[in-house]
Amino acid sequence: MTGIVTGTLAQVAAALRAKQLSSVELTRAVLARVDAAQGALNAFVTVDAEGALAQARAADAALAKGNAPPLTGVPIAHKDVIMTAGLKTTCGSRMLSNFTAPYDAFVVEGLRKAGTVLIGKTNMDEFAMGSSNETSYFGAVKNPWNTEYVPGGSSGGSAAAVSARLVPGATGTDTGGSIRQPASLTGICGLKPTYGVCSRYGLIAFASSLDTPGMFARTAEDCGLMLNAMAGHDARDSTSLDRAGEDYTRELPGSLKGLRIGLPAEYFGSGIDSDVAAAIDAALAEFRRLGATTVDIALPNVNLSVPVYYVIAPAEASSNLSRFDGVRYGHRAEKYTDLMDMYKKSRAEGFGAEVKRRILVGTYVLSHGYYDAYYLKAQQVRRLIAGDFQRAYEKCDVIMGPTAPSPAFKIGAKTDDPVQMYLNDIFTIAGNLTGAPAMSIPCGFDKCGLPIGLQVQGNYFSEAKLLNVAHQYQQVTDWHKRAPTLAGNAGSLPPEGAK
Amino acid sequence: MALTLDDVHRIAHLARIEIDAAAAREVHVKLEAIFAMINTLQAVDTTGIEPMSHAQDVMLPLREDVVTAADQRELFQSVAPAVEDGLYLVPRVVE
Amino acid sequence: MAAWEVVIGLETHAQLSTAAKIFSGASTAFGAAPNTQAAAVDIALPGVLPVLNRGAVERAIRFGLAVGATINRRSVFARKNYFYPDLPKGYQISQYEIPVVSGGGVDIVSPTRGPIRIALTRAHLEEDAGKSLHEDFHGMTGIDLNRAGTPLLEIVTEPDMRSSDEAVAYAKQLHALVQWVDICDGNMQEGSFRCDANVSVRREGAPLGTRCEIKNLNSFRFMQEAIEFEVRRQIALIEDGGRVVQETRLYDPDMHETRSMRSKEDAQDYRYFPDPDLPPLVIAEDWIARVRSGMPELPEALRERFAEQYLLYPEGCAALTANRATAEYFAQTMKELAGIPGVPYASQGHDATNGKSVANWVINEIGALLNNHQTDIAHSPISPRQLAQLIAHTDRFKGTVSHKSAKDVLTAMWAGEAKGDNAADAIIAARGLAQISDSGAIGKIVDDVIAANAAIVAEVKAGKEKAFNSLVGKVMAASKGKANPAQVNAILKSKLT
Repeated sequence: MTGIVTGTLAQVAAALRAKQLSSVELTRAVLARVDAAQGALNAFVTVDAEGALAQARAADAALAKGNAPPLTGVPIAHKDVIMTAGLKTTCGSRMLSNFTAPYDAFVVEGLRKAGTVLIGKTNMDEFAMGSSNETSYFGAVKNPWNTEYVPGGSSGGSAAAVSARLVPGATGTDTGGSIRQPASLTGICGLKPTYGVCSRYGLIAFASSLDTPGMFARTAEDCGLMLNAMAGHDARDSTSLDRAGEDYTRELPGSLKGLRIGLPAEYFGSGIDSDVAAAIDAALAEFRRLGATTVDIALPNVNLSVPVYYVIAPAEASSNLSRFDGVRYGHRAEKYTDLMDMYKKSRAEGFGAEVKRRILVGTYVLSHGYYDAYYLKAQQVRRLIAGDFQRAYEKCDVIMGPTAPSPAFKIGAKTDDPVQMYLNDIFTIAGNLTGAPAMSIPCGFDKCGLPIGLQVQGNYFSEAKLLNVAHQYQQVTDWHKRAPTLAGNAGSLPPEGAK
Repeated sequence: MALTLDDVHRIAHLARIEIDAAAAREVHVKLEAIFAMINTLQAVDTTGIEPMSHAQDVMLPLREDVVTAADQRELFQSVAPAVEDGLYLVPRVVE
Repeated sequence: MAAWEVVIGLETHAQLSTAAKIFSGASTAFGAAPNTQAAAVDIALPGVLPVLNRGAVERAIRFGLAVGATINRRSVFARKNYFYPDLPKGYQISQYEIPVVSGGGVDIVSPTRGPIRIALTRAHLEEDAGKSLHEDFHGMTGIDLNRAGTPLLEIVTEPDMRSSDEAVAYAKQLHALVQWVDICDGNMQEGSFRCDANVSVRREGAPLGTRCEIKNLNSFRFMQEAIEFEVRRQIALIEDGGRVVQETRLYDPDMHETRSMRSKEDAQDYRYFPDPDLPPLVIAEDWIARVRSGMPELPEALRERFAEQYLLYPEGCAALTANRATAEYFAQTMKELAGIPGVPYASQGHDATNGKSVANWVINEIGALLNNHQTDIAHSPISPRQLAQLIAHTDRFKGTVSHKSAKDVLTAMWAGEAKGDNAADAIIAARGLAQISDSGAIGKIVDDVIAANAAIVAEVKAGKEKAFNSLVGKVMAASKGKANPAQVNAILKSKLT
C-alpha cells in the first residue's frame, strides 16, 4: 500500500478503481502522513479528518457502483485562499483566522464533482503576497528538501504537501508566479492556465486581473487530470471565458519533433545561479534530442515586468482588501474609540507587514495626481510586454527558461529587503501580465540538493501543448520522480543521480 | 515623486490602517526602495499605447433580470463580529 | 454693481425598477427585514464577484433615448474607493471616465425665461449603498445591506438652471419622465428618486463662483427651500466680505437651513480605476434599435399629437400626459367611444370635438374621484370601456341623461353599484334616469304647459326672458325632471314663435 499512498494522481485513481485498496484506507494513511509531517513542514492550516473520511466513504460507495467520476477517492488539498464550504479559509492571515467559508469556490466544486477527497487547507503567504511562504500568520512553511529553506510562495503549503508526497495533487493560485516558483523550488510540476480558463469565483481576491487558479502535481499527466476538473465557464465570474470544453490530456503522447523552442536572451543573463543555468542547458539538450529546435528570441520589455507588477498588483489588492474592515466578518479589534479607530486598529492588527506595505503602495499609485504616472503607465507597459510575446510566438511554439533565478534560499535570508524578494518572480510575472499559460517542471538539482525548475510558456489556450512538452520530457528523465526524505533532513545529501 | 513621511501617514489614513511614528518611519524606508524600483517605468516611452486592463479583449457578459438569491442571512451572519435584530453593528456613525 | 446670478446643477440618483440588483441576484423589493435581501456579493464576502444585470443596462438605454442622448457603445465600470459601513466592499462600482450615456437634455418651462432646454452632461450606472440606522443600539449604529447593490442611474445636468423654480421644474419633469419610460417608480418616500443640488452665485458676467453641494433632497418642496436658503447664505457671506467654501451640506427641514456635513469625506480621494472584475460594457446597435422600437410615445410628442388630433387646449394636454397611465386611459376611452355602434358623432371622424368631451370627463370627473379616494388611474374601478358607454349617453351623443345625472351615474359606477361593460346602462335603467328625448313626447308636455299658463305665455311673447325660463321650469317639473332640457328649450321656443 505504501507505494500507492505516495503514488501519482493517475496511479492512485487507477488503484482505487481496481480496488487494490479502499478510499477510506488510503485516506487514513494520508491523514497519518499529513499529521506526521506537520511539525516539520507546517504545510497545512486546517486538516479535516472527519470530512475527508466521510467523503472517502462516499467515494468507496461510488466506486463500488462503477462508473464513478475520474478522480473518485483521490486525496487532494486546497490552498487556503480558496473557499471551501464549512471549512476555515484563512488566507494565511490573522484577519481571517477564524473565518468559516459559507460556500465552495468554482474550482472546489469541480474537483468535488470529479470525486476527490479534500484532506485540508494548505498554508500560504498572507493574502497570496509573497515568494517564500514566510509571511503567513500561521508560521513559515519549510521546504521538504531541506527544512532550513523556503519552499517558495505564495502557495508554499500546497507545494510542500505535494513535494513531500503527502497528497498527489493540490490547488494553488498564481498572481505573479505563486504556483510556478514554489513548484520550481520544491521539485514538482506547477501549472498556471490561461487567465479566465478557471473561474476566480471563490478565490479571495488579491490582484483581480492577474489571479489565476492552478495546480501542483508530480507529473504533467496529473496536472492535466486536475485541470480537466477545474476548468470551465462560470457565470458567477464576469472574467470567466466561455469556450468549448477540452480534454487537457489529449496531446500528452504527441512527438516533439519540429517543436520550436524560443529562448529569450533576457532569461539567460548574468543574474542566474550557475547551477540553474547548467540544469536549464541540460534540459534544452534533452529537448533537442526529442526533436525540438531552439530559436533565439527577444522580449525587450520583459525586464519591466517587476515594476509593472508592483504597481498593478498592489493597486488592485489595496482595493480588494478594503472589504476587510471588521464590520461583517473577519478580525475586529477588541478596543476602539469610534468607527475610524475600529477600522484602523482592526486592519492594523489583522494584516501582516507585507500586506500592509502593498496596500500602502497600491493606495499611493492610485491616488490623486499619481494615477497617470503610475497605474496608467504600468498598464501601458503591460501592453508593450504582451506585444513582445505575441511577436515571439510568430517564431516559436513555446518559450523556455529558468522558472526562478536561483534555487530555494534559507528562511529569513531575504525578509529584510522586499525588492530582493520581489526579484524572485522576474521570470514568472510576465505570464500573469499577459494572461498566457505557463508551467514549471523539475529539471535538476543544485550542489546542495535543492531542486531547479524549467519554465515552459505558451500562447493563450496552449495548455494541452505545454502538458505534452512536459510529458515527453518526463518520459526520458526522472527528475519528477525524485522524492525528498523527510525526517531530520537538514543538510541532507543530494539525491541519487544529481550532480 | 519622492515619497515623504507625510505621504506615508496620509495614505495610511486613506487605507484606514493605524500606523504609529516608528512604524511609519520603518515602512517609509522600505517603500522608498520599492518606489525606486517602480520609478524605472518613468523612462519608458509609452506614447500612443493603449492601457491593458484585461488579459484578453472580452466583453462584459450580462445576466437576466431575475431574482435568484435566497435569504441566507443566518449563514452569512454566523461569521459576523456583532449583529442585532439582523443588523450589523458598528460604532455610532455621525453624519 | 452687476446683479447676482444663481447657477444650479442637479445630480439625480434614480433607482432603476429592475427585479434584481445590479450585480447580484438578490431582490430589490422595498421593505424587507434587514439583510434578508443581501446576497454574498452585496455583503462583499471574500471571493465573490459582480455580474451585471441586463435590465439595468436596458433601462439606461431607454433613458438615453428618451432624452436624446448618445448611448455609448462601449463604457467602463470603475471603482470609487472610500470607507463607510454601508459600503461593504470599501468601494462603489460606478462609471467614471466613460459612462453609458452622454449628453441629452430635458425641456422645461421656466417662470422667468419661458421654454428652455436643460442640458445633461451624462448619465451612468452605479450601485446603491446600504442603509445606516441610527436608532440607538446601545451607542452603536445598525447597518442594513438590503439596499446595497440596487441599480442606480446617476443623471447629471450642466449648470444650466438659474433659480430654485427652474431646478424644481427640471426635477419634476425628470421625475415624470423616468416613470413615463418605466425605468424608475419615482417613489421619493422610499428613496427611489434622490436629488443633490450644486449651487453657486456670481455677479452677472463674472466667472463661476464656488459651489456647495446640498445632498439628499427628497422632496420638491425641500429642494426649493434648500436652494433658496443656500443662495441667500452665499450672497450674504460674500457681501460680508467672506468666501464661499466648497463643501457638502445637508438641508434641515425643521430649521429651514442648510448645514455643513460633518465630514464623512474631508476632501476624499476616490482613487478611481477601471474595475478589473468587469470587462467593458459593449452595447450593440441592434439592442439599441430593439429598445427604440419598444419605447412608448414620449410625453412631448404625445402632447403635440393630442393638441393637433383632438384640438385640446395646452392645459388639457398637459393634464392628460401627466403620466402614461392617464394618456393611455384617455386614448382607450376615445377608441371605445368610436366603437359604440349607432351613436351619433361618436365615430373617429369627430375626434377633434369628442376629444374635448372625453378629456373633460377624464381630467375633471374621473380626476375628482381619484383624488377623493386617494388612488391613481391605474387603480380606477371604472374602465375606459365603461366610461365610454356613459359618455355616449350624454347630451353631445345620445342625450339619454343630463350632465348632472351622468355624474351621479359615474359615482355609482365607482361604488360598484353595477359591474361589467354595461354598468352605465344598468344604473341608468335601475335608477330610471333616462331623459325623455323623444320630441313628440316632449312636444305633448309643452303643449299642455302652454295651454295651462296663458298669462306667462303672453309675457314671453312680450319679450320677458324670465317668463320663458319659468315655462321651461314648468315643463321640466311636469316631466318630473326627465325631459331633455335642450330639447325642451328648442321645442318651447319653436312653439311660441
